[in-house]
Amino acid sequence: MPTESKPAIILENVSVRYRLPSERIGTLKEYAIRLLQRRLKHREFWAIKDLDLNIQQGEVFGIVGDNGAGKSTLLKVISKVLRPTTGRVRIYGKIAPLLELGAGFHPELSGRENVFLNGALLGYSHDEMNQVFDEIVEFSELAEFIDAPIRTYSSGMYARLGFAVATAHQPEILIVDEILSVGDEAFQRKCTDRIAGFRENGATVLMVSHNLDLIAGMCNRAAWLDHGKLIHMGNAEEVVAKYREGAH
Amino acid sequence: MVRFSVVNTRTVSEKTKPLYDSSKRVSPAIAELKEIGNYRHLLAQLIRRDILTRYKRSFLGVAWTMLNPLGTMLVMTIVFSNIFRASMPGVPFPVYILSGLVVWNFFSQGTTASMSGLVWGGNLLQRIFVPRTIFAVSAVGTALVNTVIALVPLIIVMLITQATFSWALLFLPIAIILVAFFTLGFGLLISSLAAFFPDVMEMYQIVLTAWMYLTPIIYPESIIPKHLFNVYRLNPMYWLVKIFRAPIVDQSLPALSDFGIAAAISIIMLVIGWLVFTSKSDEYAYRI
Repeated sequence: MPTESKPAIILENVSVRYRLPSERIGTLKEYAIRLLQRRLKHREFWAIKDLDLNIQQGEVFGIVGDNGAGKSTLLKVISKVLRPTTGRVRIYGKIAPLLELGAGFHPELSGRENVFLNGALLGYSHDEMNQVFDEIVEFSELAEFIDAPIRTYSSGMYARLGFAVATAHQPEILIVDEILSVGDEAFQRKCTDRIAGFRENGATVLMVSHNLDLIAGMCNRAAWLDHGKLIHMGNAEEVVAKYREGAH
Repeated sequence: MVRFSVVNTRTVSEKTKPLYDSSKRVSPAIAELKEIGNYRHLLAQLIRRDILTRYKRSFLGVAWTMLNPLGTMLVMTIVFSNIFRASMPGVPFPVYILSGLVVWNFFSQGTTASMSGLVWGGNLLQRIFVPRTIFAVSAVGTALVNTVIALVPLIIVMLITQATFSWALLFLPIAIILVAFFTLGFGLLISSLAAFFPDVMEMYQIVLTAWMYLTPIIYPESIIPKHLFNVYRLNPMYWLVKIFRAPIVDQSLPALSDFGIAAAISIIMLVIGWLVFTSKSDEYAYRI
């Protein structure tokens, strides 16, 4: 733990509202008709409501909660994907998202080409990816297949390459969304080891998982969200224990 | 000691200023411009990807970009040259058609790819942050590369038909840039619509076909009836095709007034498209 604590992620009074049409309107034609008939009704839905959060640099912070508790929305607000409806989000440091591995892979391109494309999606230049390329191939154990089109990869190979690319550079703030459940056990261990290594080097890690043992084992603090509201926050083992009592 | 403390305060002051603050924000249009600059590597990668994947599975490779307009031109020439030849004395009909098709393909490819790029990227936009305009910008970038490749068969056909090569051809890059501006602006505009209503993509294909026949691409301007001429002047593509064709077909620079109208249309469309798209872009992650 750093002796002097500095903020990494600060949320003040953050709320996110989704406006869902009460009936799904999928076409422009339908929308125009409804608009003329003044039959456009929206249902409002607060995915996160009045959330305050203060995560310090070097912390490994876990988030637990049932499906629909607002965990993914929270990660989206922090990684700039969604702008909060009200409230303020401040981020100190570069964010590396580990959301759904290989989301940006293109099936026709080779593994090698996808490494550079995926790196660019995460904001790294060609040179920056070149520096870590050999290391990515080694970590993902794909040396023989790196020049084959990625459509020939198995889902395990896909996930391995995705994780290797996303974690090739030491991040300042790493966001991990339910990804450690991919691949075989040996690879999962490699992933958790790498995240632990980042933590030792001072990175801040924010984790969402349904694997409560993982949260209790890896995180120092955690928050329990329910219907967009903070139920409990504190020591990770404590929060996990409370969540287990309350929810199951 | 002194030096150490100086270094230390600097790092502290750097860290006390957040990299991202949701409450601080310049206009979305300007912020987006900066982000495109930050993500220029991604832009290059996306263009590379689109060009590579298009050719990877086809035997003919890059040649396809050249053969495609050439084939259309050949069919059009065979079908229409006898009908229209009388109204175009002195201009090789294949050159006339091909030069129009080059501009039209740039526009239709670029705008269609802008939309499909955003729909593809929508999946990504919900997961990680990338500038929202990057899919349209890269689509137009790809179309630009394809257009430059498509100039090769145009030059070959000009050589075969013994067309005159004039110094006015040096104006072509400017005309191409104006077409790119218009394509990006219009592509952004319909992309913001397609983000909310997927059926816009299918409707647009019908619009494109009608629009092409309303633009003098495969027929000469001279057959347009007098009373409809003012309607034709409302078509932005009419002006863009006209200034692109002038150096090729007339061997002269376009009239200054034509150039002024084409430039104004393109720049205004780009500004409108950019403003509309970026003003809506925070909502895409909620909707796509």
